Amino acid sequence: MLGLDIQDVTKRFGGFTAVDHVSLQVPLGRFVCFLGPSGCGKTTLLRLVAGLDSPTSGRILHNGKDITATPAHQRQFGMVFQSLALFPHLNVEDNIAYSLRLKHRSAKQRRARVAELLDLIRLPDIAKRSIGQLSGGQRQRVAIARALAQDPSVFLLDEPLSALDAKLREDLQVELRLLQQQLKITTILVTHDQREAMTMADTIVVMAEGRVQQIGAPIEIYRNPANRFVAEFFGASNLIAVEAADGQAVRFGARRIAVAAVPDGLAPGAGAMLAVRPEDVRLVRHDGKPNGGLPGRVVFVRDMGASIEIHVDCAGTPIVSVTTPRDWIGLAPQDAVEIELPAESCRVLLP
Amino acid sequence: MKPVSRLGELAVLAWPGGALLLFAAVPFVLLLGVSVAHRDPAGLWSPAFEATQFAALLDRNVLGTLAYSAGLAVLVAVVSTALAFPFTYFIAGMARRGQILWLILLMSTLSLSEVLVTFSWQVVLAKRIGLSDVFVWLGLLDQPQSLSPNFGALVACLIYLVLPVTVLLIYPALSRLDRHVAEAARTLGASPLRVFFTVIVPMMRGPILSSAILTTVFTIGTFVPPTVLGRPEDWTIAVLIGRMALTAGNLPLAASMSILLLATTLALTGLTVLVGRGAKGGA
Repeated sequence: MLGLDIQDVTKRFGGFTAVDHVSLQVPLGRFVCFLGPSGCGKTTLLRLVAGLDSPTSGRILHNGKDITATPAHQRQFGMVFQSLALFPHLNVEDNIAYSLRLKHRSAKQRRARVAELLDLIRLPDIAKRSIGQLSGGQRQRVAIARALAQDPSVFLLDEPLSALDAKLREDLQVELRLLQQQLKITTILVTHDQREAMTMADTIVVMAEGRVQQIGAPIEIYRNPANRFVAEFFGASNLIAVEAADGQAVRFGARRIAVAAVPDGLAPGAGAMLAVRPEDVRLVRHDGKPNGGLPGRVVFVRDMGASIEIHVDCAGTPIVSVTTPRDWIGLAPQDAVEIELPAESCRVLLP
Repeated sequence: MKPVSRLGELAVLAWPGGALLLFAAVPFVLLLGVSVAHRDPAGLWSPAFEATQFAALLDRNVLGTLAYSAGLAVLVAVVSTALAFPFTYFIAGMARRGQILWLILLMSTLSLSEVLVTFSWQVVLAKRIGLSDVFVWLGLLDQPQSLSPNFGALVACLIYLVLPVTVLLIYPALSRLDRHVAEAARTLGASPLRVFFTVIVPMMRGPILSSAILTTVFTIGTFVPPTVLGRPEDWTIAVLIGRMALTAGNLPLAASMSILLLATTLALTGLTVLVGRGAKGGA
């Protein structure tokens, strides 16, 4: 296949397994995010792809060719590091032209390519500046230009935006995504930020403890988390301990909650987790007669202006609901409510 | 915390200041005094104020020996820096435990006295039990022979003496180096050797230069190794000063030679400061 093919790759450091039998594919021209908490093995996996470390077992193929044993400097993959790792002894122009110099391009060719890249990152006038004179966002863009100078076949980014402040980070996420679409370059981004992954990725690979938890399009992972870890890590989720009842419902205490489906292998009576996104939880004021929802009591209301978050206690289980000002029914702590969980939004996960 | 009063500050500084005055400034003033004194063949010297001895310094022998000593020191500094830098880069890239082990090992060689090391080298280079037997065994020599005294033996011993110092001078800068910079160069198409010469060495230019100058300063006044491992033509300015004071009994000339050596050393130290500033300004 065209693109990257990671086949059953494992990386151990002494007794610690950083990457544990990972297989996945990055098709040509796609933007893939490795997403997970720190220590989940995402950076190690990226370094294996870059050739900066070699896997303990498994193979990595690029456009069908086995590159597992190819050293980093022969792979032609551009990489942007978390620390950016710009060369402090060279100015902007020489930083960007470093790979071109190694390829013995003429001074004229180098100047032309640097000018082209500086235009691409929208910083046309900084060629002669020293690295110390640049702002955080400018350094970021220079690091990107440097990695792109050699026309890499794969573009690797290791949390390159994590050092920037929130506003600049969000701007650069959009910018980087547009740049990738413009260049149609196969890209892998490592991040622990779910928003960042959702902004940029065609495909997200959720990782934990060295293993792949789920691979899919951002919205698919958001709607259908594969397991408890993904449901908790990827966006906010209400997790409610329940028992399987039958193929269409689970039991919460004495109550039945209708769900879209109960996964195979869950016998009636077996423990399970019900995952519901806060925006799918609907609250109605309790008016004395039961309407079929779960009874609860408002504990806390957080009004953020654009959205309102309501924390409810439901027989000892905390449940969070998020609503918009348009749908806000003006609840206050201690109000009695009924909690409605639409069946199509309820996902049953193995515990 | 209570602010330290001006008087308290002075009291704290009195101890090191006093020690410096007693053990460095006073001998230096005495040295200056002797250097301008009148040489008295009967009683070593008598108080005077004359420039006779400084005029005698212009004698080609003294200046030539000083130039030779400086050249020797620069040679030793260059070779030891060239050896120490890749070695230190390697140590700085090791796991913490390995780094500590190597640094302790290097520190412990520093605790050996220069005299002991020099005589050990004399033994190692001797005809009977030393390296020459190994060379014969390897077929490099036909029969055992003494490998000292000569210039090579002197340089080898001096390099051995300053190598740990060089490593310890370069280590702090190399250990602070962002390893990702080298990795970035790798992903940009540079082989490990290329990375070393196009990224690591240029980034470390300042520390390399200042450590080389400092080792030069260390070596320029060397005394024991040249006397033991060198021939008379390998003797340094320090040996000349010693002989002038002890054998020839010309203390004023020895003192003025010492001042010349001191001035050279000071100039080199000043150069280090300038290099340090240049490196900071450039980064």
